[in-house]
Formats: sequence, structure tokens, C-alpha cells
Amino acid sequence: MSAAREGAPASWEVFLRARRGLAHQHVGSVRAAGPDAALAAARDLYTRRGEPLSLWVVRSDALHTASPDERDPYFAGARHKPYRYPEHYAPLTEKGPEGEHHA
Amino acid sequence: MTAPTTNPATEDSATAPDEEELLAHFDALIADGETIEPRDWMPDGYRRMLVRQIAQHAHSEIIGMQPEGAWLTRAPSLHRKSVLLAKVQDEAGHGLYLYSAAETLGVDRADLLDALHHGRQRASATFNHPALTWADTGAIAWLTDGAAVINQAPLCRTSYGPYARAMRRVCQEEAFHVRQGYDLMRALCEGTSEQREMAQDAVNRWWLPAVALMFGPPDTEAGGADARTAALGAAVSRRAMAWGIKRHTNDELRQRFVDTCVPQAERLGLTLPDPAIRWNEERGHYDFTPVDWDTYRRALGDDTHWARQRIAHRLAAHEDGAWVREAAVAYAARTDEPAGAAA
Repeated sequence: MSAAREGAPASWEVFLRARRGLAHQHVGSVRAAGPDAALAAARDLYTRRGEPLSLWVVRSDALHTASPDERDPYFAGARHKPYRYPEHYAPLTEKGPEGEHHA
Repeated sequence: MTAPTTNPATEDSATAPDEEELLAHFDALIADGETIEPRDWMPDGYRRMLVRQIAQHAHSEIIGMQPEGAWLTRAPSLHRKSVLLAKVQDEAGHGLYLYSAAETLGVDRADLLDALHHGRQRASATFNHPALTWADTGAIAWLTDGAAVINQAPLCRTSYGPYARAMRRVCQEEAFHVRQGYDLMRALCEGTSEQREMAQDAVNRWWLPAVALMFGPPDTEAGGADARTAALGAAVSRRAMAWGIKRHTNDELRQRFVDTCVPQAERLGLTLPDPAIRWNEERGHYDFTPVDWDTYRRALGDDTHWARQRIAHRLAAHEDGAWVREAAVAYAARTDEPAGAAA
């Protein structure tokens, strides 16, 4: 996201819940002067079809994000920890739905 | 100049991964068919090629609204008018999806529009042709949107994530554009002889812009370019394909388009204006007049009245809309104060 140009409308990230049972999903961004205008622009742009249920807009510069450069120290929780997964353990039946049991 | 007590260059190289390492990681992602996402490291050339392609694409969507938009008030029925309104609105939407994708690469959409307005960037020359009759709205949708679908379907798997996601939305909507265009042409072809003539005339004028311009210049010798041009075009295409931005050569997609259109035209009873079109049993494709460099340039119609008109119209719309943008900014500032304080 580039720095805001002088006088240019702010950038807003758009999140849409397209159907019942789904979480809001990021779909893109719009430019708008304020939150109401951003919501109207997001509606016009991202909900022309289907039966969308809900829209969120969040100012792009208000998002606090982790950088992919920090991947290893930051998101180290899942790698090298096979014991967090069910397949790591002996199956509950002779030949369980998970296949062979991992040694 | 005094020597620094510590050498920052040495310190940097100890902490930051060097460019070679970053490039190797980038290449590995591309090779695995993974997407590149906005905050990933990417080579400058990759970023530049994407900005150029996405911006040109976005500009083409919004300039492409003009030839059809001119027929909104003259549609022959309320149904056709509703359909055309929906289609033209989609084109605006496609432009906005793409400007949004371009902004994830660190450019500002206001700068991209500025570049379009002042000739530093361009829209596809396809839309520098006028829509002279109602049948043109059908021919544009059937042929140029049909060409766009063939061009864009592989872009749904392009290597840059935000571009691929924008293209998946675009492609879903383009399918409606092509179908309604074909339906419009069919209605004319099943009508009076004047209506059939009008449909044929529109196809005669839109075939070349579609087949030549929607796929870009020739980039293979088989496609009709001389050896030097083919080599130049192929170099650009090869680079784009190595980076996973493009998946096919221009000429490959052009052939696919011709193969799709010929049977459709036959069903409508219309003749595509190319006497060389013939089924080639050996190749398993339709032959057609190669889009060589001269044909391409002729179709471009550079610096014509209509080319200037499209940009002038776009610029006028932008300037005439300035008061709306200013009012929106003033309104947003005003709502910061407690609501209903005066009531």
C-alpha cells in the first residue's frame, strides 16, 4: 500500500461474507473519502451478483500486519511439530481412515 | 570523509538475506506454481511488467465502456437496455478490481489515471474504433469480450496473487458479456434482412480489431511475424511466461479464438471477413490470414480521431466529476463532528 497522496481519497480494504456459513473474506480495495462512501463503493463494486450478506471496510493504513520476511521466527508454531496433528498417532481402528500409523 | 567505526555494509549482509537468496526463493515459488503475494520480495522487472500489464488492462476496461455506453440511451427495448447497463457497469467494475490489484504493487491509482490521461500509458487500441450501429454492441460483446475471455482465462492462474484473484472475478462476469452479445446477434440474424445486414456489417468492422488487437502483436513466425519481429515478441512473451505472468504466446491464444469463433459465426449465418478461413485437417485448427506486423499496425488506428476522442472523453468525465470528489471529502470531514449536534 503506497503512502496516501495529498488530497487523494484513502484506500479501504473490503471484506465480504458472500454466503451464510462463511467468514468474511478479503476481496480487494476501494478508494473513498470516508467510511460511508467506502461502504457504498464496496457494495457497488463487489456485490453486483449473488446474495451477499455482509460487508466490512477497514482503512488500509489501519491494518497492522506481520511481514512475510519474519516468517520463521514469527510463524514457527506449525513447522517441526508433527505431534500437533492426529496423523502423528496410532489409528483408533485396525486400518483407520488416516491410513498407516506414522512411526 | 572520515571512515565509519563500524562498516554498515558488513552488518547488513549478516542480517538481511542477500538478493541472490531472495531471488532463489522467488524462483522456487514460481517453479512450484505458488502465487507471489504483495509483501513478498520480487525482482524489479517482475514488478514493472505487472504494473504495466495490469494498468494497461485496467485502462482498457474503463475506456472500453465508451463505444457501448454510447448506445445506452438508444437500446431498442427495456430488456436490452438493462442488460447493456449491467454490462457497462461490469466494465467499470473490472477496471476498479484491476486498479486495486495494481495498488498492491506500490503504485497509486491516481498516478495510473494521470498516465492514461497524458498518454504515458495506454488502453487497448481495440476501443479506438467507433460503435456505429446497435449491432456493434452485439459484435463488441461477442467478438472482443469473447477474445478477452480466451486471453484472460489463463490469467486466473497468473503468478501474482492479487491479479489472479481479480481476474477470476472478471472472467466470471465476462462469460455473461459474451453470451448476451451472441444472443443480441442471434436476434438480429433471425430478424429482417436489414437486421441481418446490420449484424454482418458490424462483424465486418469488429473482426480485425478483435483478432489482431485483443491478443497483442504477433510473437511467433508461424503467427505471421517476420523472423526479427517474432524474435522480439517472443523474447517479451518468454520473459512473461518464465515469470508465470503469461501462460501462452499471443499467437497461440489468437488461434484458439479463431477456432472458437468460426463455428459460432456459422450457426448465426454470418461470414467472418477473412477469405483465408478454412479448416486445416492436418493442423486440427482453422487457417486464417496471419496477423503480420502491417495488419497489426493497420488495425491499431493510432492517433486517429477516435483514439483522441476516447481520452478526451475520459478526461472530461474526470474533470466534470471533480466537484463530486471534493464534496465527498468535505462530507467525510464534517461527519467527524458529533452527529445531530444542531438538531
